[in-house]
Amino acid sequence: MSAILPPSDRLWWKQPIDKVEWAWIAIAFVWGMIMFGMMIYWHIYGKQNLSNEAYKTTPELFAAKAEKFIAENTIRTETDQDIPVVRVPPGGDGYLIARLWAWYPILELEEGQTYKIHLSSMDYNHGFSLQPVNINIQVIPGYEHVVKMTPTKKGTYAIVCNEFCGIGHSWMLGRIYVK
Amino acid sequence: MATTYRTCPISGMQFEDQAEKLMRWNAVAGVLWLLVGGITALLVILTRWPAIKLLPADQFYLILTAHGIDMLILWILFFEMAVLYFASSVLLRCRIATPKIAWLGFWLMVVGGIITNVAIFQGESSVMFTSYVPMQAQPHFYLGIILVAVGALLGTCVFFGTLVVAKKDKTYEGSLPLVTFGALTAAIIATFTILSGAGILIPTFFWSMGWIKEIDAQLYRMVWWGLGHSSQQINVAAHVSVWYLTAAVLFNAKPLSEKVSRFAFLLYILFLQLASAHHLLSDPGMSAEWKVLNTSYFMYFAVMASMIHGFTVPGAIEAAQRRRGFTNGMFEWLRKAPWGNPVFSGMFISLVSFGFLGGISGVVLGTEQINMLMHNTFYVPGHFHTTVVSGTTLAFMSITFLLVPVLFRRELILPKLCQIQPYLYGISMGVLGLVMMGAGTLGVSRRHWDMAFSGAPFQYEWPGAAYLMMGLTGIFGVIAVIGGGLWILLIVGSLLFGKKLDGGKVSDKPTPIPSNTQAASAVAHGSDHVPVPGTVVLALLLFVSFVLYYFVNWKYLSEVWLLS
Ligand code: HEM
Ligand SMILES: [Cu+2]
Repeated sequence: MSAILPPSDRLWWKQPIDKVEWAWIAIAFVWGMIMFGMMIYWHIYGKQNLSNEAYKTTPELFAAKAEKFIAENTIRTETDQDIPVVRVPPGGDGYLIARLWAWYPILELEEGQTYKIHLSSMDYNHGFSLQPVNINIQVIPGYEHVVKMTPTKKGTYAIVCNEFCGIGHSWMLGRIYVK
Repeated sequence: MATTYRTCPISGMQFEDQAEKLMRWNAVAGVLWLLVGGITALLVILTRWPAIKLLPADQFYLILTAHGIDMLILWILFFEMAVLYFASSVLLRCRIATPKIAWLGFWLMVVGGIITNVAIFQGESSVMFTSYVPMQAQPHFYLGIILVAVGALLGTCVFFGTLVVAKKDKTYEGSLPLVTFGALTAAIIATFTILSGAGILIPTFFWSMGWIKEIDAQLYRMVWWGLGHSSQQINVAAHVSVWYLTAAVLFNAKPLSEKVSRFAFLLYILFLQLASAHHLLSDPGMSAEWKVLNTSYFMYFAVMASMIHGFTVPGAIEAAQRRRGFTNGMFEWLRKAPWGNPVFSGMFISLVSFGFLGGISGVVLGTEQINMLMHNTFYVPGHFHTTVVSGTTLAFMSITFLLVPVLFRRELILPKLCQIQPYLYGISMGVLGLVMMGAGTLGVSRRHWDMAFSGAPFQYEWPGAAYLMMGLTGIFGVIAVIGGGLWILLIVGSLLFGKKLDGGKVSDKPTPIPSNTQAASAVAHGSDHVPVPGTVVLALLLFVSFVLYYFVNWKYLSEVWLLS
């Protein structure tokens, strides 16, 4: 019953390791290195990497920038809450506010164009979950995350909040149009 | 201090009086928390099942907070305390160090657990077990968890102390048994974990009292996961130790190589605890270099360690079975294993589920870029129900079938039901994990009350397949709850009504572990090299599934919007 008794061979560390075990250790090690390499490879050649660009901010600062962006680029409003639909200039910056319990405003993008979308929260943690594409990014208060996005298909997309943020979490739904 | 030692007539194990009481109380407290956690599981599952949607939103979030705390923290920690006392005092046949402090730890954990639950059920602390700031719970929510952590730290110190006692009293010769060594790694990681926990929860408690103005939300997540992730490493080290224990008790299995198995445990200490990075892969506040380094360098060595255990545990069983003469073909050793013994079936299902489901999904989820496809979706709880439930909880359940006669001196009631319980629970939990991951792959969020988004200014229709997956989640979740409830019934029933068994000889001195006889060393050296072809096949199967699933996910990733 060796696993529950002291090793019967007191010099257990001198026992040779079986070939099969060595082989398995080698496989596990090499596989780990391949998986490590894959992430670096994807940073160089892959087309889906989460941006590294982030700044410390405050809700007030971020809201002010977003309001300016909305004032300059709104093309219409929608729903009975008059949520602005804001056309982000191709290649330019767009702002998306996460707050209890809405994504604000509605963004309008064009297929194949690249945008710098600034994400931040006014209060708690929120989760940017773009559906049905299924891209998920944590949104944290006090941090402005600048994510470069290039939509690859036209359509109407939903932003689900997938970080629990209180009682209204389940109706915190936003929208992005891709023309 | 005066104490007595009992030698169990069934197992030959020796139980010191105080240690025995401590193990019993900790195990029973764990089972009671599992009961509370199980009731909350049923309510959670019936609410997430779209066709039923039992609870209103506020109650759902409250109950889910309770589910996380009572299961992940309380059930698991209490049981782990029992495992630590077992691996030290019973396996080393010595008295337990400072039993008074161990009891103090136990009661702190009990009181802390109750305080936190009171906070949750009062309704103002539905912040989930992660309690990300700036969402705030009542101060006693944090205070209770801090007390639990302090209690667990005391228990861990008693474990270390007991190792010293054994050494001093010379109750064993040579090195620690492998299972004790595994428990030692768990305890070392626990110490680190509890200190990170203190580092974040104490300031958070102060903040909830208004003594600190602000806690940075990103910093909180980073330090919190130093606690949250490392505590999962405790669980892994603990349940791997339980696997080795089961293999040793049932099969007389000896590790293929002491050196390899111990080295693998050591890797857990060296690398696992820094893998907290993989909870932050889709966060803004950390650089890609930091993420890649921490999630891979540190994590893949730990993954390697788990892959090694995943090989050596079945390998040790195969070798033991082959020595007994089950040498036909690749798999006679496995076919002729005691599948009717819940201690074995539970352990083996735990091993396979943890490797094939929990391990593979965890590594994929922990890949920097792929994480974006799954972060905070239902995939995440799907993944960890195949680790901490199919892996840890099932391993603990199965070893309890052994502890009932040996530690509690009761015969198991309803042996037929005991036989099917691991299958019922293990298989339904495995399927539950898979369908939850399926729903997550389709985007469904975790911790979310309403797939219909009623009250939202817009509409979004989840694909039909997502509803299907959530329906299956409901069905298999309910079956799993029945399986878990059955276990509680069988264990509590046996403790109360099982036939009392003879406790065995009691003496007031410990009988040390006999030193190695000539015969024993001959066994160790003699017919040692038994090839384990069946295990090799299983391991290769695992590896192929791993590689395929890994690259399939890169393929999925390459199809989404471009991001940089
Ligand atoms: C029959 C048993 C169980 C069922 C049916 C079940 C079901 C679930 C479901 C559906 C969720 C996800 C809820 C959501 O995100 O909306 C969940 C969350 C969770 N479960 Fe379980 N569970 C069971 C047992 C366990 C056990 C034994 C443990 C731990 C040892 C556990 C730990 C957790 C944790 C930590 C969470 C996360 C809570 C959160 O997101 O804050 N569960 N469970
Ligand atoms: Cu939200």
